Amino acid sequence: MRLRRKRRIIRAMRKSRELTSVQDNTNRIKEGDILLVSTMRNEHVRLPYFLQYYRNLGVNHFLFVDNDSSDGTQAYLQGMEDVSLWHTQASYKRATFGVDWMNHIKRRYAHGHWVVVADPDELFVYPFCDTRPLRALTDWLDESSIRSFSAMLLDVYPKGALDAEPYRAGQDPLEISNWFDSGNYTVKRNGTYGNLWIQGGVRSRVFFKDKPKKSPALNKIPLVKWDRRYAYVSSTHMLLPRGLNRVFETDGGEKASGVLLHTKFLHTFSEKAAEEMTREQHYATSAEYQAYMQRLKEHPELWCKWSEKYINWRQLEILGLMSKGNWA
Amino acid sequence: MSTVGIVMMVHTALWRAAQVARHWAKAGCPVVIHVDSKVAKSEYHEFSESLKSYPLISFSKRHRCEWGTWGIVAGSQAAASQMLQSHPGVEHVYLTSGSCLPLRPVSELVGYLSDRSDTDFIESATTADVPWIVGGLSFERFTLRFPFSWKKHRGLFDGYVALQRKLRLKRKVPDGLVPHMGSQWWCLTRKTLAAILDDPDRPTYDQYFKRVWIPDESYYQTLVRLHSAKIESRSLTLSKFDYQGKPHIFYDDHLHLLRRSDCFVARKIWLHAHRLYHSFLTPPDGASSRTEPNPRKIDRIFSKAVERRMRGRPGLYMQSRLPWHGRENGITSGEYSVLQGFSELFVDFEDWLAKTTQTRVHGHLFSPDRVEFVDSQTSYNGALCDSAAQRDYDPERFLTNLLWNTRGERQCFQFGPNDTQDAVELMARDTHAQISVISGAWAVDLFKSGKGFDELRREAARLQQIEAEQLKILRDQWLKARVRIWTMAEFIETPMEHLQTIVDEITKGNHRHLADTPQMVDLTGFGQFLQSLKNQGMHPYLMGDFPLEPIQRTAPSLPRKPYLVR
Repeated sequence: MRLRRKRRIIRAMRKSRELTSVQDNTNRIKEGDILLVSTMRNEHVRLPYFLQYYRNLGVNHFLFVDNDSSDGTQAYLQGMEDVSLWHTQASYKRATFGVDWMNHIKRRYAHGHWVVVADPDELFVYPFCDTRPLRALTDWLDESSIRSFSAMLLDVYPKGALDAEPYRAGQDPLEISNWFDSGNYTVKRNGTYGNLWIQGGVRSRVFFKDKPKKSPALNKIPLVKWDRRYAYVSSTHMLLPRGLNRVFETDGGEKASGVLLHTKFLHTFSEKAAEEMTREQHYATSAEYQAYMQRLKEHPELWCKWSEKYINWRQLEILGLMSKGNWA
Repeated sequence: MSTVGIVMMVHTALWRAAQVARHWAKAGCPVVIHVDSKVAKSEYHEFSESLKSYPLISFSKRHRCEWGTWGIVAGSQAAASQMLQSHPGVEHVYLTSGSCLPLRPVSELVGYLSDRSDTDFIESATTADVPWIVGGLSFERFTLRFPFSWKKHRGLFDGYVALQRKLRLKRKVPDGLVPHMGSQWWCLTRKTLAAILDDPDRPTYDQYFKRVWIPDESYYQTLVRLHSAKIESRSLTLSKFDYQGKPHIFYDDHLHLLRRSDCFVARKIWLHAHRLYHSFLTPPDGASSRTEPNPRKIDRIFSKAVERRMRGRPGLYMQSRLPWHGRENGITSGEYSVLQGFSELFVDFEDWLAKTTQTRVHGHLFSPDRVEFVDSQTSYNGALCDSAAQRDYDPERFLTNLLWNTRGERQCFQFGPNDTQDAVELMARDTHAQISVISGAWAVDLFKSGKGFDELRREAARLQQIEAEQLKILRDQWLKARVRIWTMAEFIETPMEHLQTIVDEITKGNHRHLADTPQMVDLTGFGQFLQSLKNQGMHPYLMGDFPLEPIQRTAPSLPRKPYLVR
C-alpha cells in the first residue's frame, strides 16, 4: 500500500509537467484557508454559479486545471484573485482522469489545508450547511481529530425531458434539476482500500437496469485535511493512506457525512455525452456515456413517480442519505 | 462593584475572550484573566493592552496549560488568589473559559447568587457514580501516576499505565480526601475558595494532585468536600460533552435554544458564531427574570446526537453507517411478514390479506423474473425498480432498503423455494421478521401446471431441496426471527385457526374475527399426484402425510369463538 501511495505521488509529479500555469494567485493563500480543487473542460456555463456557491460556503481559494477548454473558461476566470488556473492539453484519461494533476496541485499548495475536491457539476451539502459555514464543519472535524469527510454523489434530474428547460449561466441548477432517487442504493466494502463502494440511484435504475454491477460508483470523500503524503487513487472515490477511507462506522453508529448533489443532467448533457463518446477520455472507454446516449434516445425521461423532490439537507438526513452523526 | 468575580482561563481566540471580559467588567464584575503561557508574548501584550482601560480587569501569573495536566489547576489557583486579594467585595468567584458566553444579564446572575450567598455551585460526585468517564480511567486517575502527556506521547502514557497496573503500583490518596469529580467550571463562595487556597495541608494536596490524571476535573471537586457548608452539585455553566469527552459546540442556529435554556453561562461557543456573541453581549431591555436554569431541551438535542453517533438508526445502511454482522442494532427498520406457501394454497390470497389487515401485501418480491411489487407496480418507494438483476446484485440490501423506504407502513410479501434465496439468512437473524411457512405447498403449483411428468419430477426435487435448506436455516439455534412452520397436511386441517394467528400478529390483535375467508384451491387428486412422484422415485416429504384419497371436507370451517374471560 505504501508503494502504491508512493507510485501515485511519483506519477503526480511526473504528470505535473503537463500543466502550465495560466494564473498564479497561490501566494494569496493564507494559513488555514479552505481550498477547492477541480478539473474542468468546457464548463464555462456552470462556473458563475459554482463559484458563487462555494464562495458562499466559505471557500477561500480555487485551484483549477483547465483541460483545454474552448468555451472561454480561461477568459472568464482571468483576473479573479481567489482563482489560480493551470492549463493542459494532455490526455485526461492518461492522467488517471485528472487525479494525477490534482494530486500534484494539492501536494504543492494544500499541505495543512482543508480541501474540497468537486467537479463543476457537484454541489457540496453537509449537515447545517444552511446555517453554518464550511469553516464550522472543518473546525469541528479538527476538534474531533477527523481528517476526511464523506459525501456521496447524489444524481439530481429534471422532471420531463432533459432539454425542456435550458440552463442559463449563473442560475442555480437545482431550479431545473431537482429530483432524486432516495432509497435504491447498494453499499459494499472494498477490501483492498478499505473504502465503500456505493452504487444505485437514477443512473443505475435507468441506464444500468440489467447490469447494475457496471453502474458508476457514487461514494466520494471530497473534503480532506490535506497532507503532502496523501493521494487520491481514483477520482475522489478513495484515498491513500487507507485510514482516510474509514469514513463509515462499523459498530452500529453513524458518522457525520454529507452529499454531493450531482447536477450532471441539464440540457448540456447530451452535447457533453456526444463529445465524450468521440473523445473516449472517460472510464472504461466511455461505456457509461454510450449507455446514456442509447437509453436517452429510447426514453428521454429520468423521472419516475417515486422520485423525491429536493428540499434541503434535513430532508436528505431524514431519508438516510447523509447523517449529522454527533454534530448537533 | 459587583459581588461576583470572574476568573477567566484563556489560551486561544484572545479577541473573543477580550470581548467577553469587557462585557463582565462593564456590568461591574471584576475579572482576573489567566493566559496560557504557550500564547506568544507579542500576542499576550496586544491582548492586555486592549483591556488596559478597564480597571476591573487584571491578569494573573501565567502557567503552562496542557490538557489533562496540573498547569490548568495552578493557573486557576493563581487567578483565584489574586481575585480574593485584590477584590475584597467579591463574595462568589465564577471560573470560566475564553469560549464561555454569558446568556443572561449579569445582574440576574448577581441576584441569583446573592440569594444563595452560602452555596457553592460545583459538580462533585464520587468516581463510582459518574457515568461519563471517557477512556477507561476512573478511580485509577487517583491511584496511578501520569508523568507523560496523553496528547503528545500517547504510547508512553498507555504503556506506563499498563506497567503500573501490572506491577500493582498504587499511590496513596492523602488522608481525609475522598476523590470526587465533576465539570471543571465552578462557582464558589469566598469562604470556601479561601479555605481551599489557604489550607495548611495545601502543599500535600497539591503535590498529590500534580500526578493525578485531569486534575482540573477533580482538584476543587474533591477539596470542596472538606470545606464547603453547602454544595449544590451542579455547574452553572451549560456545558455538554459528547461520547469522546469533548465539549459540544454552540453555533448561531442554537440562539433560540440557548435563550430558552435560562442558563447563566454556556460553553463552548464557536469562535465565529457572530450572531450569538452579538445577541448575548448586547444589554437587553426589560425586567430581569429570576427563573432557574433549565437546560433540558439542549440536553435532549445533544444526547440524541450522541445516540445517533453510538447506535444510529436501525435498518439504515449508508455511506457513513455500515455495521458489521451482529452490530446492526436492528437489522431492518420495521416489522414485516414473510409468507411462504399461502398464495399457492389460497386463491387471491394477497388481496384477501391486504383487505383483512390493511397492510401492503406484495407478491414474490424475490421471484426470479421480476420483483412482484404490490399491484404489479414497476417501481416502488425510494425508486426501487422491479428489475430482478438490480435486486439480485444485493438481495439483502434490496430488502433492507425496501423496509427503510416504507418506514411506518407494514410490509408483507410472499416467498418460496423458487425465489432468490440470498436474503434468507438475513431474515432469520432479524427480530423484525415474522416468517410463516407452509412447507411443501410449492407442490400445488406443480400439480396444477399440467407439465410433463419428467420435468415435474426434476422441478419437485429441486424445490424440495431448496426448501429443506431453507428450513434448516429457519430452525437454527441462533434464529432471531419469529418463525412458524407447518407441513401442508398439518395446515389444511385447521387453516382458519392458523390464518387467524397470522392476522393477529400482523394487526397486533386489533382485528376482530375473520369474517371473510380466503378460498382454498381445489386439491382433488393432489394425494394421487404425490403418490405418482413417489412412484417415480422422488419422495416428497415436506408436505407431511397426505392421504391418497381426496380429503373429505366442505368449505373451511370458521374457528370457534375464543372464550371470553371477564
